[in-house]
Amino acid sequence: MTDRRADEDAGETAGPTRREDEALLTGRAEYTDDLSDPNATHLAFVRSEYGHAEIGGIDTTAAAGIEGVLGVYTWDDIAVSESPGVLPTSTGSLDCEVPAHPVLARDRVRYQGQPIAAVVAEDRYRARDAVDAVSVEYDPLEAVVDSVAATAEDAPTLFDGAPDNVAATTDQGDREATEEAFADPENVVDVELENNRLISSALEPRAALAEYDAAEDRFTVTMTSQSPHGHRRKLAHTLGLSERQIRVISPSVGGGFGHKGHHHPGEAMAAWCARDLERPVKWTATRSANYLEGAHGRDHRTTAELAIDDDGTIRGLRVETHANVGGYGLDGGASMPGWYGGLLSSQYRIPAIHCETHAIFTNTAPVHSYRGAGRPEAIYVTERLVDVAARELGVDPVELRRRNVIEPDQFPYETPVGASYDSGDYERGLEEALELADYDDLRARGREREDGRLRGVGVACYTESTGGGFESGVVRVHRDGGVTVSAGTHSHGQGHGTTYAHLVADVLEIPTDDIDVMEGDSDSIPTGTGTFGSRSTITGGSAVVESAEAVLAKARRFAAARLEVEPDEVAYANGEFSVRDGDEGGSRSGDDTADTVSFADVAGMAYGWGVPEDMDPGLEETTFYEPDGTAYTFGTHVAVVAIDPETGELELERYVAVDDCGERLEPTIVEGQVHGGVAQGIGQAVSERASYDGDGTLLTNSLDSYAVPRASHLPEIETGQTVTPSPRNPLGVKGIGEAGTIAAPPTVVNAVVDALAHLGVRHVDMPLTDETIWRAIRDSR
Amino acid sequence: MATHDIELTVNETEVELTVDSRTLLVHALRDELGYTGPKVGCESSKCGACTVELDGDAVKSCTVLAVQTDGASVQTVEGFADEDGELHPIQEQFSAEHGLQCGYCTPGMVTTTKHLLESNPDPSREEIRKALKGNICRCTGYQNVVDAVESAAAALAPAESEGESASGDDVDLRTDYPTPGED
Amino acid sequence: MFPPQFDYHRASSIDDALELLERHAADDPRILAGGHSLLPDLKNGRASPRALVDIGEIDALRGIGSGADVESGADSGADETAIGALTTYADILESDRLQRHAPVLTDATSVLADLQIRNRGTIGGNLTAAEPGADLPAATLAADATVRVRGPDGERAIDAAAFLGADGSEPALRERELVTEVRVPHVEAGGYAKKTHPASGYAMVGVAAVLETDDGTITDARVAATGVLERVVRLAAVEDALVGARVESKTIEAAAERAGETIEPADARSDDHASGEFRVHLLSTYAERALERAVDRVAAGAGGTGTAGDLE
Ligand SMILES: Cc1cc2nc3c(=O)[nH]c(=O)nc-3n(C[C@H](O)[C@H](O)[C@H](O)COP(=O)(O)OP(=O)(O)OC[C@H]3O[C@@H](n4cnc5c(N)ncnc54)[C@H](O)[C@@H]3O)c2cc1C
Ligand code: FES
Ligand code: FES
Repeated sequence: MTDRRADEDAGETAGPTRREDEALLTGRAEYTDDLSDPNATHLAFVRSEYGHAEIGGIDTTAAAGIEGVLGVYTWDDIAVSESPGVLPTSTGSLDCEVPAHPVLARDRVRYQGQPIAAVVAEDRYRARDAVDAVSVEYDPLEAVVDSVAATAEDAPTLFDGAPDNVAATTDQGDREATEEAFADPENVVDVELENNRLISSALEPRAALAEYDAAEDRFTVTMTSQSPHGHRRKLAHTLGLSERQIRVISPSVGGGFGHKGHHHPGEAMAAWCARDLERPVKWTATRSANYLEGAHGRDHRTTAELAIDDDGTIRGLRVETHANVGGYGLDGGASMPGWYGGLLSSQYRIPAIHCETHAIFTNTAPVHSYRGAGRPEAIYVTERLVDVAARELGVDPVELRRRNVIEPDQFPYETPVGASYDSGDYERGLEEALELADYDDLRARGREREDGRLRGVGVACYTESTGGGFESGVVRVHRDGGVTVSAGTHSHGQGHGTTYAHLVADVLEIPTDDIDVMEGDSDSIPTGTGTFGSRSTITGGSAVVESAEAVLAKARRFAAARLEVEPDEVAYANGEFSVRDGDEGGSRSGDDTADTVSFADVAGMAYGWGVPEDMDPGLEETTFYEPDGTAYTFGTHVAVVAIDPETGELELERYVAVDDCGERLEPTIVEGQVHGGVAQGIGQAVSERASYDGDGTLLTNSLDSYAVPRASHLPEIETGQTVTPSPRNPLGVKGIGEAGTIAAPPTVVNAVVDALAHLGVRHVDMPLTDETIWRAIRDSR
Repeated sequence: MATHDIELTVNETEVELTVDSRTLLVHALRDELGYTGPKVGCESSKCGACTVELDGDAVKSCTVLAVQTDGASVQTVEGFADEDGELHPIQEQFSAEHGLQCGYCTPGMVTTTKHLLESNPDPSREEIRKALKGNICRCTGYQNVVDAVESAAAALAPAESEGESASGDDVDLRTDYPTPGED
Repeated sequence: MFPPQFDYHRASSIDDALELLERHAADDPRILAGGHSLLPDLKNGRASPRALVDIGEIDALRGIGSGADVESGADSGADETAIGALTTYADILESDRLQRHAPVLTDATSVLADLQIRNRGTIGGNLTAAEPGADLPAATLAADATVRVRGPDGERAIDAAAFLGADGSEPALRERELVTEVRVPHVEAGGYAKKTHPASGYAMVGVAAVLETDDGTITDARVAATGVLERVVRLAAVEDALVGARVESKTIEAAAERAGETIEPADARSDDHASGEFRVHLLSTYAERALERAVDRVAAGAGGTGTAGDLE
């Protein structure tokens, strides 16, 4: 590989790190709400005030009478339209027959904030006035917000089709083998824990601008999407259209974290109204609308047991989880908990695992994937349990991990819950992290600090499944040798533009300046799966590399024709084809035969007159790439905390993250992903919790009450790495986007419990607010 | 409903426009004048994505009425680069340190940083973190943002006094506020 | 996100403001100062006045007087400072005079909200809005400040306790009255300590303390807490324990211990991050920290911020 990046990245801090930065830094980048269309109208929703209610009547007269209000819609309008008006839901994997989420409530609302009516007005302010002017009559019903309480005999029921509120019950692993492991164990250690409900809180709220072309009967929906083709499919479902009738464009997007992969009524209603009014319709959620509508993340209640020998050998793991899926199954949201147990083995040899998961409807916003999506929940269970076990057996938690860790020569390693770990040296990652943190020294220093605070050290190991599904990648060479790379992924902070350009530049040996990267347009990109689940570099990256390699192979054949040699006699370096040393002579016809031919010349040949015989014109390749299996990222994180026993105040003194995501293509971007993931993981551990009162009112409906971390809440994050390439994709990469959200919660909780263990504290549920810690201390006394 | 004709200077260009009493500055800038650098991230004046400079002070443009800025001067992130498009050193350092991912918080971060460095040219990392309290970033974990602010401070420091300011003991009284609580 | 409709009126002078308030009385007019309580209220449907009277251009309301009445120019004496109602937090923090003579106020202002909000919010607005958990009500109450107001019936001076309703009565500001300035007596031994709410940024618990001493003995003590109750409150038990005692850490500690005595946890504010019980519990710690800051300033003499930094 030539080092084409050298000049770009010369010097530590000179020059931009990413090609997307300049537009973002100058305000020129266009996010959905930035797009101006002088003819655009504005959509806003009347949302349910109640968590659970029958809707008596909706009076829209006053709203419709406001000057500048173009339309006020309720379900009755949807019902008589050509659109089904319900969001897709994967009912196939559920145990019940329940209705899908309607874009506007039919006759009942099942969570606070569920859209009841939609208004469209000439400007945002009038839309707000119209929302205010709609009056809704409610017959409140008893609500249930907790997944365990919802399964009680006398709990209120959300759907007739699910009388016990159970959406699905799923088994993972081997029940019998696990029963056996627990039949006569030397020790059983158990823990009961809650994985707190979170709100992804991307800084940019969701938005859409929908346009309808009546002549073509076709929609263009520009929206905040992590997955333009995914949203095209979902919109087609909701609107009752064919996918070919919809173009989804996803411009600059201000963070996704799962939330912007889901389909909500906003974009669907924007499109529906655009057709009805024959005007462009813009919808931009407010922060609180975003918080109310979800989808939220996590919200698991779990009991877990570990069968373990006196010598620390783990024999079995048994888990039962109630997963709250909220008021409706949004797409795969209700079936997602069914596979969350896939990572319960974490980094350990656990011969028998069984996990039973109940997905439960409650009067809360729909729950779906949020950065990590099931993986943080699973790793949290195992890593907490291992820590508790260590304490009960009287061994150092690190020692217990070492004793059970999967050895390098055991890969590929099949876990009892269906994961096939590709590659790793788990213990090396662990040792690396301990060394960076100076673990032995921390342990030697003991618990008491000079200032009266309590010190705790927490360690957690993790694995992470990354890179599922297929992706498309196109490399299109233009006649002048310029290149447009496109992929079905979408970058909203991850810097794909930079990564893909470098990948293709490395293959084609041309300057990155000659390469454009395009994502986010379902019309110009063949198809795509999107960006989530730490999959983009693995799938999109591999796809564009395969396409680039195919382009180069074809270019070589063009060059061979021009140089009058066989393709395998052609050498290529730095954008120039030449006859390989020692191969000249032979078949070449004479003096006017070129000695070299540039990449751009070859492009000219490919699209020019007189394409060599037996070659097709054009220089463009499309790859639909699916990896040979999942790549498992892994690592170990360490946290050092200090707790003021008087106030419960927690200081994260140090945070060390050692991650192995295989080859690091763009180390700076990888580190950034680690920082951001850790920050969100710490948020979950210490301050974030979406909470409802018993009536289904969301108490944390704004940034005033939902505590996302600020700069001063977070420690400096010290990073380290090991590199174990994945054998399952050509780049040897593994995903890194979610590592921090997986590792940080158990790391921080383990540290806090470590600080308090001498008081008899075994476990504390997140978030570890000052009060939570203070109570844990007080109650232990 | 009352409307008002106002005149203000945005990024050194004088503009006239008619606004409703209730129009927020951020919407006037974005929807009426096309300066979409300032973003909207919340309705509780918390996130700082809308931060602009108003008569030289960093303020949240979602919490100012447009009509209040009659006669005032506003600078948005669009006004940071010079005429030749050369980035402001703060912008440069945000990129160099990878202090932005999705970029949604960035216009606000950059503006707050400018204000911080004007009053405290050589802030400690802790001071930087506190000064950014009104700017939420959900992507970066702030670490590279803090790096970027540090680098920007160094880049903006007058060359002669670099040694001095680095020592940090010659602190301007007004910025060395006592800190009566963790923040 | 979007305020409801209202009419906007800009006042050119105090008299003009009073007249505008009078003229639009039927529209339930509200005064607009820094706007950082009022606009969030409008945007989130917590207030819907039909008229706003913007006092932001009235220069007579802005400024920190070196003993001179901001508006009239009358001398208020060397032992207090007059702060115009429209003075922003940033201006307060830039005042050496206040840093020196009213550190309880500058302490509280330095941890108030965030950098951008400190550029807009005003002392008059802060005390009038007196949001639960706001910092300046506690600081001004401990400082024994006086609030001067003008209204249809002329001018009056209200002590902070009555103005804030900290004495059990309703807050004293009447309709169509305008706060013109806040007068803060000079006491060097003051300090503020705040536990910032992780989401709202207001005080989960904030305690302001001011001590008057004579030769090492505390002659008067005012300790006020915010965040715990809907309104700011004096911590009488702490004050009682302090008066007459020597300025020593063990008296401070013992007095602070009593901070929660007079507040029922059940009456205290409560949310997901901090219950009433917890807030009351925190009072002692924060009272102690505030008092220590005050004591350090006694030790350091006028103007010193003592070892404030060590207290964190
Ligand atoms: C995100 C956020 C965080 C905050 N954090 C804190 C914090 O930590 N601590 C804290 O103390 N505050 C905090 N605040 C509140 C902030 O300080 C407000 O600025 C303050 O409460 C109100 O001052 P203002 O000048 O902005 O007043 P405005 O919002 O303009 O007015 C507030 C009220 O006072 C009335 N009023 C204003 N001026 C006068 C006057 N001169 N005479 C009569 N009536 C008047 C208005 O009619 C209105 O009812 C925060 C605010 C926000 C948005
Ligand atoms: S938009 Fe969030 S602070 Fe202004
Ligand atoms: S970079 Fe995305 S919010 Fe800061």
